[in-house]
Amino acid sequence: MNEKRLRLLVGRVKDGKMSRRAFIARMLALGITAPLANEMLASGGVARAQERFPYKPTKRGGGGALKVLWWQGATLLNPHFAVGTKDQDAARIFYEPLAGWDPDGELFPVLAAEIPSRENGGLAPDGMWVIWKLKRDVAWHDGKPFTADDCVFNWEYARDPATAAVTIANYRDVTVEKLDSHTIKVSFKKPTPFWADAFVGTRGMLIPKHLFEDYKGDKSRDAPTNLKPVGTGPYKFVDFKPGDMVRGEINQNYHEPNRPHFDSIEVKGGGDAVSAARAVLQTGEFDYAWNMQVEDELLQRLEKGGKGRILITPGGAIEHIQLNSTDPWTEVDGERSSVKTKHPILSDPAVRQALGLLVDRKSVQDHIYGRTGIATANFLNNPERFRSKTMKFEFNIDKANQILDAGGWKRGADGIREKEGKKLKLVYQTSINAPRQKNQAVVKQACQRAGIDLELKSVTASVFFSSDVANPDTYTKFYCDIQMYNTTMTEPDPELFMNQFVSWEVATKDNKWQGRNITRWRNEEVDKAYRAAQGELDPVKRAALFVRVNDLVCSDHAVIPIVNRPKAGAVSNKMRLEISGWDNDLATLKDWYREA
Amino acid sequence: MSRYLTRRLLIAIPSLLGISVVLFTVLALAPGDPFEELATNPNVPPEVRANLRAKFGLDDPIYLRYFHWLLAMVRGDWGFSFASRVDVDTLILQRLPTTLFVIGSSQILALAVALPVGIYAATRPYSVFDQIANTLTFVGFSLPTFFTGLLFILVFSIQLDWLPFVYRADISATGWQWFWEHFKQSIMPIAVLGLFQGASWTRYVRAAVLDVIRLDHVTTARAKGLSEHVVVLKHVVRNALIPVVTLVALQMPAVFGGAIVTEQIFRIPGIGSLLIASILTNDTPVVMAVTFVFACLVIAFNLVADLLYGWLDPRISYR
Repeated sequence: MNEKRLRLLVGRVKDGKMSRRAFIARMLALGITAPLANEMLASGGVARAQERFPYKPTKRGGGGALKVLWWQGATLLNPHFAVGTKDQDAARIFYEPLAGWDPDGELFPVLAAEIPSRENGGLAPDGMWVIWKLKRDVAWHDGKPFTADDCVFNWEYARDPATAAVTIANYRDVTVEKLDSHTIKVSFKKPTPFWADAFVGTRGMLIPKHLFEDYKGDKSRDAPTNLKPVGTGPYKFVDFKPGDMVRGEINQNYHEPNRPHFDSIEVKGGGDAVSAARAVLQTGEFDYAWNMQVEDELLQRLEKGGKGRILITPGGAIEHIQLNSTDPWTEVDGERSSVKTKHPILSDPAVRQALGLLVDRKSVQDHIYGRTGIATANFLNNPERFRSKTMKFEFNIDKANQILDAGGWKRGADGIREKEGKKLKLVYQTSINAPRQKNQAVVKQACQRAGIDLELKSVTASVFFSSDVANPDTYTKFYCDIQMYNTTMTEPDPELFMNQFVSWEVATKDNKWQGRNITRWRNEEVDKAYRAAQGELDPVKRAALFVRVNDLVCSDHAVIPIVNRPKAGAVSNKMRLEISGWDNDLATLKDWYREA
Repeated sequence: MSRYLTRRLLIAIPSLLGISVVLFTVLALAPGDPFEELATNPNVPPEVRANLRAKFGLDDPIYLRYFHWLLAMVRGDWGFSFASRVDVDTLILQRLPTTLFVIGSSQILALAVALPVGIYAATRPYSVFDQIANTLTFVGFSLPTFFTGLLFILVFSIQLDWLPFVYRADISATGWQWFWEHFKQSIMPIAVLGLFQGASWTRYVRAAVLDVIRLDHVTTARAKGLSEHVVVLKHVVRNALIPVVTLVALQMPAVFGGAIVTEQIFRIPGIGSLLIASILTNDTPVVMAVTFVFACLVIAFNLVADLLYGWLDPRISYR
């Protein structure tokens, strides 16, 4: 890299087009150490702000209208009923949690005065409670003050099963009490290392007590405020048309200085991802578009329009292949893929290992997903502190052939291997989605050259991902040898994410296939490490335990990770914003601004 | 006449009941449920979904659910959407003006194209004008709206950057500005729908006029020395309009139903996009309401078409 190019990069960081971290990562790749890279930035005139994302506007408002596109429009605005991300995102314009998650998976305060820590007395040494100090002088949009009573109310509201709140899991097992008008204490039943679930992030948004008090439990649907939110957020509610449009205007009394920058916000819903990308990247009609599920090749072409760029945000979502450890073709006690059985072919480690070598992750990244799918050997990829450094992936047909030969799988007359009369034939299912079908074809081709016959099966997404107990083609039933899909990580802590491999979560007929362990793969060591992690209060040791779970899972090929799928959004070139992979796209809306 | 009307209205009741039974059963048998997204979210315990299903009566047997729906419908209660928990009638009324405006204008555009072009082409069959009109109408109705819609967007929005392609129902501007912006964003969807419809109607008008223009009474009228203008408008067009009226009348319910594909492409918040979104999320009350109202309108406009015949051609009588 010559000097000119280097200066260009420093300039990009200065303009905010490239993140500090991305710059340092680039330098590290060149063999330049992080401190040196930082110094380079400092001498290049990039101040090292305390804030991770510099906010330049010096007054509130004056930024005009902010227009964003969500190709799935929000259908409701009460965060406790938010069915999908689209609803949470829209609610986040008006409602705020105590704290949010930044791109590194760290907490930043929103309605909290500070993030609880052991040093400031906010966290119990034994992990049994957490004390949140609330920000003072925060007002709801109708002028009423925000206090500890509101927090306690949200807990009561959400934990009541009659309310049927989707946030119930955050509040069900905790007790919330008010210590004074601006302090609350959240107590747990057992030591809880991941204490930041209640009141935090996507499911932690707070609704005002004085407007919802009379609509708890059974009456929750009747609250007029369900459709006319009154929150603490940077924008006040103007108008809502379910599935089409959410509009807000500036909150002149917002609790942070000089924010927000825009005078109004408009979230338009409907349509499809491709035309949403066009509206930002090509015509510049909109400032931001959410969830660009579009092939990268097309996105790159649209970016040439010069009006906008694609913003890639790392997250934990992983497109992976699952190998069934039970027999999907034999019925035991009224269910196939029963844990009482063993897969006739896939229980052979040689076959699993060979399959791991036959998935050409690099080609899948290069030719199918591009920037929106990063080839990986790990199931647990982010936040970085949980990423295993030891796992490697390899695409090697010869090696796979050798392993199968050594395992006693001999090629038959038709080129398909067999052993003890069992043909090496597997059914490989996934949902109908163009990139997935291409991915299936890539794997099938490689397997053919190793003497494995894959029969491809694709199921309509609405059936595949449904929880319909009567349907045999759902992913949780897994009545198939191998299957592939994307699983998302909803919070920066892997506890919930990694329970997909513990023995007590196995999906069976008894739990109506609602168990999270779909491969039905069981391993005592994983169970032990996972249990230890659940009670481990030392974050470093806890991370090590989860890395261990990941390594055990991946080295035994319970699953074959393919690509880590980051969030992709389309942003106009003039917009300055940061998105976190662990929170809603609009979590940092207060800091969004447009350069003149 | 009134006996005929009563009879027709009475016949409509069993047909509507039949339609509603079929619709409801098909919807109930389709896979998936409105809270599917909750099932794939590990943060939401399965009980929440079970609870919601029970609360909204989704676990009852199909026939019970149907009778609940029917009873409520008779009482004028349309139920509420599972997705947004808003009353269905509010949802529909919110979107109706947009649909009426866009689809209505496109139908008017279609008529404005089809009538003059069809009549003029038929009065001069196989002339240059007729040939060109024929070719264009063939092209027009062979191209599906999703294709012309995208083509228009690529040419007028992306290449030329003249028109916006995201439709906004509530434009914040006022006065002339409001009018101008509404006009700009409506041109493309109205043109796409109107020209498609107009192309097929032109064919019908031309054929109908051509049938009538050869009849003896037209020759007589000409022989009397009536001006061409009077002959065509009074003696030809009025007689030729009967089949066209049926077509147009039967098309009217679509003004309510919206245009699913075109609304999706241009992000028009109309009934069509409401219907498709509700189908995708298995939002039964909304789907039922929209399709049922649509069915009612189809039946009503059939009747209207029949009544119009009598006015256009007094020889037709009702018994």
